[in-house]
Amino acid sequence: MSASEVFVGGQDWDVVSTRTGEDTLVINMGPQHPSTHGVLRLVLEIDGETIVNAKSVVGYLHTGIEKNTEVRNWVQGVTFVTRMDYLAPFHNEIAYCLGVERLLGITAPERAQVIRVLLAELNRISSHLVWLATSGMELGALSMMLYGFREREMILDIFEHITGLRMNHAYVRPGGLSTDLPDGSIEKIREFLDSFPKRIDEYEGLLSENPTWIDRNAGIGILDAETAIGLGVTGPLLRAAGVPRDLRKTESTLPYERYDFDVAVDDAADCLARFRVRVKEMRESLRICRQVIDDLPGGPVMIEDPKIAWPAKLGLGPDGLGNEPGYIQKIMGESMEALIHHFKLVTEGFKVPAGEVYVPIESPRGELGYHLVSSGGTRPWRVHVRDPSFINLQAMPGMVRGHLLADVVAVVASLDPVMGGVDR
Amino acid sequence: MGLEEHLPSGILLTNVTNFVQWARKSSLWPATFGLACCAIEMMATGASHHDIARFGMEVFRASPRQADLMIVAGRVSQKMGPVLRTIYDQMPEPKWVISMGVCATSGGMFNNYAIIQGVDQIVPVDIYVPGCPPRPEMLMDGILKLHEKIKNTPLVIR
Amino acid sequence: MDERLEQICARARERFPERVSEPAEAFGEVSVEVAREGLVEVATWLRDEEEFALLADWSAVDHLDVEPDERRFLCAAHLASVSAPLRLRLRVFVPDGDETCPSLVGVWPAADCQEREMFDFFGIRFEGHPDLRRIFMPEEWDGHPQRKDYPLGGTNVQYQHGQFIPPPDRRGQDTTTTGYPGRIS
Repeated sequence: MSASEVFVGGQDWDVVSTRTGEDTLVINMGPQHPSTHGVLRLVLEIDGETIVNAKSVVGYLHTGIEKNTEVRNWVQGVTFVTRMDYLAPFHNEIAYCLGVERLLGITAPERAQVIRVLLAELNRISSHLVWLATSGMELGALSMMLYGFREREMILDIFEHITGLRMNHAYVRPGGLSTDLPDGSIEKIREFLDSFPKRIDEYEGLLSENPTWIDRNAGIGILDAETAIGLGVTGPLLRAAGVPRDLRKTESTLPYERYDFDVAVDDAADCLARFRVRVKEMRESLRICRQVIDDLPGGPVMIEDPKIAWPAKLGLGPDGLGNEPGYIQKIMGESMEALIHHFKLVTEGFKVPAGEVYVPIESPRGELGYHLVSSGGTRPWRVHVRDPSFINLQAMPGMVRGHLLADVVAVVASLDPVMGGVDR
Repeated sequence: MGLEEHLPSGILLTNVTNFVQWARKSSLWPATFGLACCAIEMMATGASHHDIARFGMEVFRASPRQADLMIVAGRVSQKMGPVLRTIYDQMPEPKWVISMGVCATSGGMFNNYAIIQGVDQIVPVDIYVPGCPPRPEMLMDGILKLHEKIKNTPLVIR
Repeated sequence: MDERLEQICARARERFPERVSEPAEAFGEVSVEVAREGLVEVATWLRDEEEFALLADWSAVDHLDVEPDERRFLCAAHLASVSAPLRLRLRVFVPDGDETCPSLVGVWPAADCQEREMFDFFGIRFEGHPDLRRIFMPEEWDGHPQRKDYPLGGTNVQYQHGQFIPPPDRRGQDTTTTGYPGRIS
């Protein structure tokens, strides 16, 4: 196999090209490219226009998040971890907090778990919208880009209302959530849920029967079930190959069994099948969200245990969201123990018993797993993230072999890699 | 000056500097350099809700040879540094750089071995936009400040 | 412990008596320690006979100063079944000084990039891997970043009163300069 050494800055062409066959050309779809979904570098060996071999080079966004979490306490880890797969921040936070909670041996209150499901499903819709927008743009359906981001603005509005930020929220904390849903969130979500189904119909009307879309996607990038399972591929790619594996149904980490929804499966295992699976998943997520807000339980959103729960109560004051004035009065004026307790929890953090856990959840791209190792202290010993995009990207060379150069764009788009997750 | 009074309507007088600066700032074409989460907010700025087409910037040129603004959106890792510099060198003069987000400005929350602590270690930056990620309105504020800066840049030094 | 998992572990102990340890259960998860030499055999058997068709995760942990030197690196393979909710963790301990481990690429091709990641970050060499080279750090990088004796890196951050505070793993040291090589103060 040629091209087995690949250098960073691309100075390897003379090395690589002397090893290839006579008729093939090695080209680079470099890290800066409008159609590679982020900083993914593809080294393609082509014969005319047909791909003979492909290799992906990753690491252009490596941030060292896993090592950074080892020097920060368990709650601060949420802020780091949320920035890995930046299109599905809630899924990252939820999986991490579930892992910490499993190590602590606690469960978040019911209301917190249900709100986590709601936010995870809304995040799934917004992630699939970005996928649809960028895939459409890369294959030439430019208006899809604008429609996708227009809808996404509505969801980001909801997120901003609830958590304060449009992206990278750090809202889910070990033990529950940081604050409860503010007034007006349910109405906003309901408004969104009422207007969105028409929009999905619009996108399907635009793309599903479109001859150009079908030509560019049907029969491209076939990934059959056996190869997929061997390569560890999960998520919409596996479901488009006919395997109905969805962690929302098989694992009980989040209370999905209360809600009625179908798993989107397709048989064709090509890019068009993945498109259909993701659109169907958006519809199913809408169903779940509607069931959640129709039946939202009351109660606290953070566990009562004072050793773990965040000490301050947050409230809306004259200058915005912050520590409630009554609480500040208590710790500064009245109770020394409360002040010491607040200080210790905020600066040092809580201790988590020693051990290791692995918590998987179903993120929009596949199985997102957190392998947390604790040594009994206030800082994690090791946080390893099993990111679905990293593993799914291994399937790219097989899917692309034999296709034309333009099909590489379609295949990488249907893989939906998010380089923040791949490189961590 | 009494000259304008004697001219028919529909004619404006200006000097070369003002004219060139106005032309430059009115349609800055950004080069696509979206790396991480800030890239998504940059795309949202380019989308229809917070439109930067009103400033003439909706064409994100893939080729740096055709671009004059590089918005470094996201964290720059050690492997990406040389690539960033290469793209910057490939852009023709006049060119400007906006460092979007705290990771590009100063390394952000990732003060470690893997991230270059501030993109100004590699390329000269004109405007720093803080935020993690900055809202589209914040990015547009940065772009408008860059427009001001371009308007006030004397022509001769370059 | 889930009954099926119990039976699977019992059968594994029967089939590979010296290679597989007693299953340990903690936090609702079952782990089994496998000796390095028998890893590929045990893995193949688990994949073919016991329906663990999916390798969910294959990662390493550096237990410097927590475990003795012969058990410094823990390589944990998380196996999952595709249709049934069965999960099993295989633990392989790799000693300090002899950081090699048989590769699981022949059993599950999913292990490919994960083993390159473990080599890049911990320096564990996998025998039988077709193309073991760095995946995230630049090719010429020195050292293995996620080992516990590798520093976090980074620069001192300027706070008020002219202080430059180092990153969390170097606090208590010089606070007067940026700590960035090649920069003036």
